[in-house]
Amino acid sequence: MSVLVVLEQTGGKWNRMSWETVVAGQQLAGEMGTELVLAVPGSGVAALAAEAATKKCAKVYALEHDLLKDYTADAYTAAVEELIRAVNPTLVLFPHTYQVRDFAPKLATRFSQVLISDVIAVRIESGSPVFVRLLFQGKLNGDVRVSGGGPYFASLQAGSYRAEALESGSAPVENFSPSLVASSIRQKPEAPFRESARAVDLTTAEIIVSVGRGIKEKENIPVVEELAKALGAELAASRPICDAGWLPMERQVGSSGQTVAPKVYMAVGISGAIQHLVGMKGAKTIVAINKDANAPIFEVADYGIVGDLFEVVPALVEEVKKAKGQA
Amino acid sequence: MKIIVAIKQVPVRDSQLRVDANGRWIQEGDLSFEINEPDAYALEEALQLKEKHGGEVVALCAGPARAAQTIREALAKGADRAIHIEEESLNTLDTLGVAKLLAGAVKAENPDLILTGLQSDDLGYGQTGVVLAELLGIPSSTIIMQVEVAGNSIRVKRELEDGWFQHIAMPLPAVLTIQSGINKLRYATLMGIKKAKSKEIKRVTLADLGTAATATATIEKIYVPHKSKQTQIFEGDAKTAAAKLVEKLKFEVRVI
Repeated sequence: MSVLVVLEQTGGKWNRMSWETVVAGQQLAGEMGTELVLAVPGSGVAALAAEAATKKCAKVYALEHDLLKDYTADAYTAAVEELIRAVNPTLVLFPHTYQVRDFAPKLATRFSQVLISDVIAVRIESGSPVFVRLLFQGKLNGDVRVSGGGPYFASLQAGSYRAEALESGSAPVENFSPSLVASSIRQKPEAPFRESARAVDLTTAEIIVSVGRGIKEKENIPVVEELAKALGAELAASRPICDAGWLPMERQVGSSGQTVAPKVYMAVGISGAIQHLVGMKGAKTIVAINKDANAPIFEVADYGIVGDLFEVVPALVEEVKKAKGQA
Repeated sequence: MKIIVAIKQVPVRDSQLRVDANGRWIQEGDLSFEINEPDAYALEEALQLKEKHGGEVVALCAGPARAAQTIREALAKGADRAIHIEEESLNTLDTLGVAKLLAGAVKAENPDLILTGLQSDDLGYGQTGVVLAELLGIPSSTIIMQVEVAGNSIRVKRELEDGWFQHIAMPLPAVLTIQSGINKLRYATLMGIKKAKSKEIKRVTLADLGTAATATATIEKIYVPHKSKQTQIFEGDAKTAAAKLVEKLKFEVRVI
C-alpha cells in the first residue's frame, strides 16, 4: 500500500514536471493515509535520487541500470514493471510527458489497467481515487473512476499541481537494479537533436509574450517582439504561427509544443483553442489581448484588454518603458 | 508491405457539445462526424509509404454504423480495403477494451506496420496505439514525424519536448503513432470516390472477436469545466488600458 511517483530525468537533468507530480503524490498519500515512495529511473542517478530524498516521502528508489541510460520504451517499461511488482503500490503517478506517453500505457497494460492520462485533478472518494481529465480537447471534463485490483496508473498534466507546494523531508535512498537484457530492447535510439541551432527553453521563462493568428502576417512579428524585449520576456507563439514559419517551431506553446507555467503569460491575438490553452493555462497570471471579447482565451485570463493589438501593443511598450524608467 | 491504419470517427472540430441526459456522454443526435485529425495524417503516411514501397493499405476502424462514412472516405483516398469493427456501445469500453478488439482484428492480417494517430480528439487518452503494440507483442514508438523503411526495419523521427527530435530504429512489424503535420493531406479524387464503392469493407462484431471486455476505467460523469477565473477587463482607449495593465503588472504581479 503506497503511492509511487516515477520521476523523469534525461542525462542527469530533471524534467521539472516531476516535482509537480511529487506534490500530487504527497497530497494524495496524505489523503489516502498511505506512504509516498519515489523512483528515479536512469543510469548514474545516485545524485538525483539523493536530491529527491530531500523531499517529504518514505523512500526513494534509484532505479539504476546501464540499459536505462538512453530512454527506450522497452527498457523503461520492463524496469518500472519490475519495481512495481516489488513495491506493490496502490497508485502510480507520472508527469504527463512525451516520454511517459511513450511507455506508461504499455506498462499499465501489463497490469491489465489503463493509464488515466492527461489528468488535471485527483480526489479521493471513500479511499479510492477519482481522476478528472479533459475530454473533447478541453471542451468538457470527465470524472474517471478506476476498478479492478490495481495498481492504478495516472499521468498528470503540467501545471495541475504547483511545484512550490513541495514539502521537504529526509528519506532513505535504496538502489533497485532491474534485471534488463539488451536483446529484449527492440528500439535503438540515436542521439536527440534540434532542427534549429538556437535552443529555446520557454519552460524556464518568467514572462512570456505569445502571439497568434491575430498578428495577420509575418512582417508584423516585430510589433510583439518589441513588447517581449521591453518586458524582458521570451517570445512564443501558437501553432499556426509556427506552422506558417513566421516563428521557429521551438517557440510554439501548446499541446504539440512546449507546456509552460510562467509568472506572466501574455497572449496577444490568440483566440485560445484548447490545444494552446493546455500549454499555458498553468501560468500564474494570464493576460489576454484580443479584439474578440468572446474569444475563449478570456475564459482563462486574469486580465484582459479587448481591442486592436496593433494599437494596444505599442501603447503597452510605451507604458512598460515608462514604468521601468526607460522612457 | 502491408500497412494497417487504425482510424477513429469523432465529432467535427467546431461541434457544439452538449452533455446527454445521464451525464456520462454527449448528445450525438445532431452532431456531424469526421475522421480524427491525427488519424488522417496516419492514413496519408500509409498511402505515401505504399506509393514508395508497394503493398497494401488496410483501414481499420472500431465504431458504430455511422463510422462507415469515414471508412468510405479512407477508401476514396486510396486505402485498398477496410475492416469495420461495428459496435454501437464502444463508449462502455476503456482503451484496453478497444485495443483488444483492434488486436483481435489485426492478428489475422499479419501486417508489417500499423499506424494510427497519436491521440483522439474526443477521449484523448493518447495510448490506443501503444496498448495495441503491447497486446500484439511488437515494438512501438510515438509522436512520429518521419518514417523510413529499410528492409525488415524502420527508422523513425520522434518528436520530443522543447523542440528536440530523435531518430529511433526498430524491427518490423511495429506500431507507430503519428503526429499531425507529418505530411500534407490529400483530397479524395472523383476517381477515388468511384473506386471506393467497389472496395471491400469487412464487418466484424464483438462476438466475432470473442473479447469479453470489462472496463477498469469508467467515465462516471462529464461536464462543462467551471470557469475558474474572473477576468478583469481594462476599459478605455489603447493608452488608458495599457497604462492600467502595466500598473497591475508592476504593483500587484510585480514583474516590472
